[in-house]
Amino acid sequence: MILVFASAANIFSKPVLTSLLVGGLLAGLPLMFTALGETISERAGVLNLGLEGMMLAGAYTGFLGAYYLHSATVGFVFGALGGMIGALFMVVLCVWLGLDQIVVGIAITLAGEGLTSVLQGAQFGTTYPRLGAPTLASIPLLDRIPVVGPSLFNQPPIAYVCFVLAGLMFWAFRSTNIGLNLKAAGEKPEALDAAGVSVIATRSWAALATGALAGVGGAYLSIVAAGVFTPMMTQGQGYMAIVIAMLARGKPIWVVGASFLFGISLSIATALQLAGINISTDLINMLPFLTIMVALIIFGRRAYLPPGLAVPYVRGMR
Amino acid sequence: MNEAGQARSAAASTTPAVELVSISKAFPGVQANDNVSVSLYSGEIHCLLGENGAGKSTLMGILAGMQQPDSGHIRVAGQEVVITSPRTALDYGIGTVYQHSTLVGALTVVENLILGESRALRLNVSRATERLSEFSAMLGVEIDPNALTSDLALGRQQQVEIIKALWRGSRVLILDEPTSMLTPQAVTELQVVLNRLREAGLAVVFITHKLHEAVALSDRISVLRQGRVIGTIDREQVRESSPDELESAIVHLMFGDTLEDASAPELHIAIEEREPGSAAPADTVVDSDGAAVALELNDARVRGDGSQPGLDGVSLQLRFGEVLGIAGVDGNGQRALAEAISGQRRLTHGQISFLGAPVASLSVWQREKLGLRYVTDDRLGEGIVRSLPVSVNLVLKRIGHAPYWRRGQVKRDAIDRNARELVEQFDIRTPSIDTRAGTLSGGNIQKLLLARELTGEAKVVVFHKPTYGLDLKTTRTVRNMIKGLRDGKAALLISTDLDELLECADRIAVLSRGKVVGIVENGPGAAEQIGRLMIGDVSLGLAAA
Amino acid sequence: MSDGVIPAHPTDVVENVPPPVGDNRQERLPRSRRAAALRDTLIRSVVPVILALVAGGVLLLILGTNPLKFYASVWQNGVQNGSWQDSAMLAAPLLLIAVGLILIFRANIWQLGYDGQYLLAAVLVTGLGPHITGLPSVVFWLVLFLLTALVGAIWTLVPALLKAYYETNEIITTLMMSFVGIDLANILVKGPFQDPTVNIPQTRTIPSNLMLPSIPGTRVDIGVIVAVIAPFLAYWLLTRTAFGLRLHVLGANPRAASHVGINVKRLIINSFLISGAFVGLSAFVDILGVWGYVRSNWNPAYGDTVIPFVFLARLNPLAVIPFIAFFAILSNGGDLAAANTNVPTDFLLVLVALILLFMTVIEYFGRQRDLGQSYLPPGLKQVFSRPIIPRRRGTREVNS
Repeated sequence: MILVFASAANIFSKPVLTSLLVGGLLAGLPLMFTALGETISERAGVLNLGLEGMMLAGAYTGFLGAYYLHSATVGFVFGALGGMIGALFMVVLCVWLGLDQIVVGIAITLAGEGLTSVLQGAQFGTTYPRLGAPTLASIPLLDRIPVVGPSLFNQPPIAYVCFVLAGLMFWAFRSTNIGLNLKAAGEKPEALDAAGVSVIATRSWAALATGALAGVGGAYLSIVAAGVFTPMMTQGQGYMAIVIAMLARGKPIWVVGASFLFGISLSIATALQLAGINISTDLINMLPFLTIMVALIIFGRRAYLPPGLAVPYVRGMR
Repeated sequence: MNEAGQARSAAASTTPAVELVSISKAFPGVQANDNVSVSLYSGEIHCLLGENGAGKSTLMGILAGMQQPDSGHIRVAGQEVVITSPRTALDYGIGTVYQHSTLVGALTVVENLILGESRALRLNVSRATERLSEFSAMLGVEIDPNALTSDLALGRQQQVEIIKALWRGSRVLILDEPTSMLTPQAVTELQVVLNRLREAGLAVVFITHKLHEAVALSDRISVLRQGRVIGTIDREQVRESSPDELESAIVHLMFGDTLEDASAPELHIAIEEREPGSAAPADTVVDSDGAAVALELNDARVRGDGSQPGLDGVSLQLRFGEVLGIAGVDGNGQRALAEAISGQRRLTHGQISFLGAPVASLSVWQREKLGLRYVTDDRLGEGIVRSLPVSVNLVLKRIGHAPYWRRGQVKRDAIDRNARELVEQFDIRTPSIDTRAGTLSGGNIQKLLLARELTGEAKVVVFHKPTYGLDLKTTRTVRNMIKGLRDGKAALLISTDLDELLECADRIAVLSRGKVVGIVENGPGAAEQIGRLMIGDVSLGLAAA
Repeated sequence: MSDGVIPAHPTDVVENVPPPVGDNRQERLPRSRRAAALRDTLIRSVVPVILALVAGGVLLLILGTNPLKFYASVWQNGVQNGSWQDSAMLAAPLLLIAVGLILIFRANIWQLGYDGQYLLAAVLVTGLGPHITGLPSVVFWLVLFLLTALVGAIWTLVPALLKAYYETNEIITTLMMSFVGIDLANILVKGPFQDPTVNIPQTRTIPSNLMLPSIPGTRVDIGVIVAVIAPFLAYWLLTRTAFGLRLHVLGANPRAASHVGINVKRLIINSFLISGAFVGLSAFVDILGVWGYVRSNWNPAYGDTVIPFVFLARLNPLAVIPFIAFFAILSNGGDLAAANTNVPTDFLLVLVALILLFMTVIEYFGRQRDLGQSYLPPGLKQVFSRPIIPRRRGTREVNS
């Protein structure tokens, strides 16, 4: 009884709380990048089931960039390019040629998994070289907030980029022509076409942006989170990002919140270990998925998807 | 017609605003346009009149940039141009209002208007709102700029579409079947709007297959048939002729020699398996007038789809030997009514009785077996499975049941025999009974559905927009079949086509927002009463019932 | 509908329809058309595989491996010297999963929870199997046969109910349930089912006398026979029974399904349960035929590699047999070949991805030339557009 009480108290102790918050934030970042990306293309009517593959491509190329050129920034740029290469297949095969988005998406995921593993093997054999610890940037003033300040506002710069991005998307979706075009491309592509804006171009750029963001998300995993590239290191996070995007109903702010929650459940293991509680990691891994299932059962709600999603656009076709 | 307006526009119409010269366009198996030439003048309303499939929409699709012609060319203000996309069409000042809404329902009115308007990053909502109010004033309409377009009434949506087509300063406006979804009152409103556009000096083209609209609205009428322009009645002739003369001239052009043929009741299908004269089973309920009640709805309530109304307490009686019409603007609960009766939708309240027995808890199949049938309006969407052969589509409502299935296993011989009989009896034009149903024409698909629903022990049949989109000949056939049900059976005819109801029904109930707002005996003056009921003029309402 | 604007593109949905399942109409086509259809099907199915092998060969060259040597090694290690027997045993669970997927994909339902269903069934077999004693072995197998089918089916129940009653997107729910199932399987392996006598967390091993016996004269266990019967059973279900036709109607046009009086909710739930049961059975033949125990964190992810072949076979349960055989040989021989030639085994994933990509491209050209039928039911795409929004009623008028 006393023991239980003591450990319960420990859960709310300062180090546990901060590690939970910060850990959740950091673990949620790759999801956030990727899910934000998916939000863009889903809004435009492209369903990207290849996220997992694009993340892996980004993780691999990002790692290469950071490893050979000794710069995390270069690494992220490479990561974005890697993800875009994956997205290019999506653009050409699905957006331009109107082939099936589901099948191509699965193919991109398989190819991403296979190719990065093969290339990593060909390049480094069975060794896994590591990167140095990422440099952190703290935000003046905010990092002086007691308790959470020092750890929350002292992060790798890419973390801030992610939040700025989310804010930017929020603004773009609401009050720019780009946001309007994207929404029309997903809701009713023929209306966008009739208004004289190319649906194909809109969707292509959306798909490429998704690839870039998924690539950055993957690169985050290899450059910042792990400091190393290992095959299959995304472990289903691409699929989680799809789920987050679907549940967030295209709203960037919800994506941020949901990714954060997922991140917390991913990082809860560390926090609990700090608190001296030994819980099976499998159980903790299960939590986010269980949460979603429970939410779906309770609310019984349908994840909203634009009507034009995954339907190729051909002018004049009804 | 406004004399001053005519005079003004006559002066403007010297060179055509747009000329379509020798346009030809073929699709696999169809010559949609065959060497068509049409000229459009400013300050003039030009009507393209023709039956379904005459090539009107294709022609305008070419002008609007949705399709490319195989040959021929287009001149705008005397200059030859090539219109490669909707955008180029807009650049040449050609705006289009399509038959199907091109508004994005999830966007507001203003957002829809500025969609694609500018390459700038920021949306300029306030300037757009101002422009919208200018347009509203010009057309004499009132539109909330921040309403979601999906929340607007259809007539209002169409006004937004017109403004959208004119938004970038178009001088030519194409309207594709603009009245097909409107109430009679909204049609009058549209007429006012069009006249204002003509006075503003625009060239307006509208496509229709309704004769009286063409006569009532236009300055110039081109009649299309089978992809060709078979005649143009120019403005002098339109002005000088009386509406009746005009109509007969047009009818002659449109149908010429085929008219006799089409009006002949060449396909009277006797519904078999019941000896004539046996009006109803002996133990049926009888209404106050002494006629047997076939189907009765008692305070039936049903949920609607999304924002559309369902049924909000509908009570109706359908007697044997009658056709009861249901009038109303689309989206006022027609689908809910049909599906509640067929069993596709559960009642939340009330009861449905068939032959005196409650059926609200029975499944679609059980009702089907009792003889309660439903011919859906959504023939492709739910009526047939396109990828399945005609023969299987003909037994689709009897899957798993004898004689076509025994112990869960298919009996192909029985299915094929049934199909051959029905194809013959209902004159379904299909290459074979194994042809995929999706490749049949609309008319033949409808015949397939009729064959499926009218066979067996059909007693009461619900028809939902049974002739929508069909050619003249099939329309006649279908209407004759409906009227044929008076012989001992009963029909509920849900239609948005008032002419159809007046032709077929004995009584006509008007459905508005999920309620029956009145029932009118068919006869002189019925049309006007129905029109008033549709717009909610209750003063007349229940007295007529 | 007025002038029925005819699609400017020859790829009308009408053309992209699966073969009529309820009825094997091909029997009635004239011989020449049948031959042409067969040729087209072959082109669409085999050419992507060949192209993928060629492109994969180029990749091997770049990696510094002789592709001919690699493929020869695959053949040696996958077929020759009796290794075909291992390939056959590998094919058995793949076939059962393929059948499970085909049945539900026909209904246009996108059940992707196979990994969790398979692993849970596998773990329960190994966890409970050793405790079931005193039964004749035939009864023992029967009990476990039913158990695996039941476990697989039960694990689809929540997505099935959510789909049937709330139209909740089944891709999300089955994937989530799959992840939960995988973790749950691990918890079981590391917890109640762990073999206390071994250091590595793994379940107890099924005694060898309770493993499925071999077909006389081979090493191949009789589970393979079960697996080969399954596609025929599925074919019969799809082409001959009312259930099969109902699945087809639901898949091709869900609104028509409710219009014609099919109990859609019940059909959705049934198709989930049947699909899950077949996936569960794959664990039965795999564990009792080959492995005998399950290690923690073990996940062969059979389903991911099966999916491409399910598409290649155009959701035809008989046509999937040769494809699965091909993949089993490739996979079984490829593992050893990769080790021999120093290529990472994940190269096989690249091959599968290439097959998929080429398949879609061939599909594109096929559509241009109107080759045979498509591999996907047209409505499959609509799985992603829930809530079901009434679409434009597409129409295409042909000779009135």
